[in-house]
Amino acid sequence: MRTYEVMFIVRPDMTDEDLDRLLSTLETQAGTAGGSVKSVERMGKRRLAYEVRTFHEGTYILLTVESGGAAIHELERRLRVTEPVIKFLTVRVDEEQARLAKLKEAQAARRRGAAPAPAETGGGETAAVTA
Amino acid sequence: MADDNVRTTAPEAVTSATDSPSPTTSAPEAPASRPPRAGGRPGGPGGRERKYFRRKKVCKFCVEKIQAIDYKDYRLLGQFVAESGKIVPRRLTGVCTPHQRRLSVAIKQARNIALLPFGARA
Repeated sequence: MRTYEVMFIVRPDMTDEDLDRLLSTLETQAGTAGGSVKSVERMGKRRLAYEVRTFHEGTYILLTVESGGAAIHELERRLRVTEPVIKFLTVRVDEEQARLAKLKEAQAARRRGAAPAPAETGGGETAAVTA
Repeated sequence: MADDNVRTTAPEAVTSATDSPSPTTSAPEAPASRPPRAGGRPGGPGGRERKYFRRKKVCKFCVEKIQAIDYKDYRLLGQFVAESGKIVPRRLTGVCTPHQRRLSVAIKQARNIALLPFGARA
């Protein structure tokens, strides 16, 4: 199961309920294709860095989806044909997150192994001495 | 500007108490806590070709230990983008190579999703 971040922009003159409807459609569609939407983040209306399809502003939405590749393919196809969506970008994040987790693990292990927890016990001892 | 370290006059290199009457550049007999020349760290702007290491500019990401560079963080990315929208070369920003590569990828992703511009505003 891979984790993807799908960020897309909808036109600024879209109403909230239309947006809700669109999001629920996408969620159900992702579910039927074998994935799950982990989180939906509405990043609000922002000014675009350049003109996209005659719009200068747009509402940004960020979906975090956990699914296989085929489901994402289908999701992207949907986004492409949906009229209010003017741009989208999909980024695969599970490999990066795995790398970060491994780094954090290595750092924590190194800190635990090299110095006998100077932050925890050392601090406690000095505090007892000074107290 | 500190662009030539051929001759540093006595009052600058040596403390005022011990002044050597000879104007030649020589290591002062003061304790070796201060280098005899003030030109050890070239403070010239980027662009001058130097034989040795450029100013000791460190990689911002290495210092703050940022491992992942997020394309959504357009404020951070914007610091490495010129007014024209171009990505600033690492010899000017001091970013190390692996981070510059990740930064470059993140900037291009941000450009694709209209968080950063491709070019200067018309």
